[in-house]
Amino acid sequence: MTKTIVLNLTSDPPLLSVMRAAVSKVCEIAGFDEMDTSKIILAIDEACSNIIRHAYKGKGGQTIRITCKIKPTKLEFILEDEGEPADVKKIKSRPLDEIRPGGLGVYIITSVMDKVKFADGMEAGNRLVMQKSIPKDKK
Amino acid sequence: MSLKISNTVKDKVAVLSIAGEVDMFSSPQARNAIMELVKERVPKVIVDLSEVSYMDSSGVATLIEGLQLCHKYNGNLVVAGLRDNVREVFELTRLDKIFQIFQDVKTAKAHG
Repeated sequence: MTKTIVLNLTSDPPLLSVMRAAVSKVCEIAGFDEMDTSKIILAIDEACSNIIRHAYKGKGGQTIRITCKIKPTKLEFILEDEGEPADVKKIKSRPLDEIRPGGLGVYIITSVMDKVKFADGMEAGNRLVMQKSIPKDKK
Repeated sequence: MSLKISNTVKDKVAVLSIAGEVDMFSSPQARNAIMELVKERVPKVIVDLSEVSYMDSSGVATLIEGLQLCHKYNGNLVVAGLRDNVREVFELTRLDKIFQIFQDVKTAKAHG
């Protein structure tokens, strides 16, 4: 059976800490250990920061919806916003040997999560689906 | 949440202590504090992260920028006291190969 929790927050950076606390609890319920939980929190935080920074260009008060689905074998996060649609083809992480500030968010997201899919061709807004398998001994 | 930041400069070594969660909201505060030391061309900046419970890529980016600016005047910026989850961010982004990471401030001070 899938357990679902939906978090609605506005695109205001001070709220990210609230989101992190909620995601931490979701990971705990799903059975992840402390280290995996901290990585998953980081990935979701990076995705939300990207929404604020790129989809909403730093504008506060806009909608971010995070749907967390705890499934029998995996934890799924669906992030949706109503901001400027990203050009999916242009979303990529920078090479790590390029030492410069910025550009690490997508790398972190794709490194931490097992599956990451940006919805393509959205008329408005963005939709990002991320999945992480639940370790067998944790189920 | 805002960060708590303090610094001491003694014998050409600055210890910048940061406490709290470093994310896209709070990292500009950390950046400002680092930039103050960089402007003064402090030869060695030790960033004490022992009271940092969370750091995202904007925090890491702030430290990279500080390191690069220090290198421009032949200074150095090192980090100390990383908690496991913060160290994980450094390892994940392979920045543990770029930064000198010390167990604590005392060890960082003793190292050159």
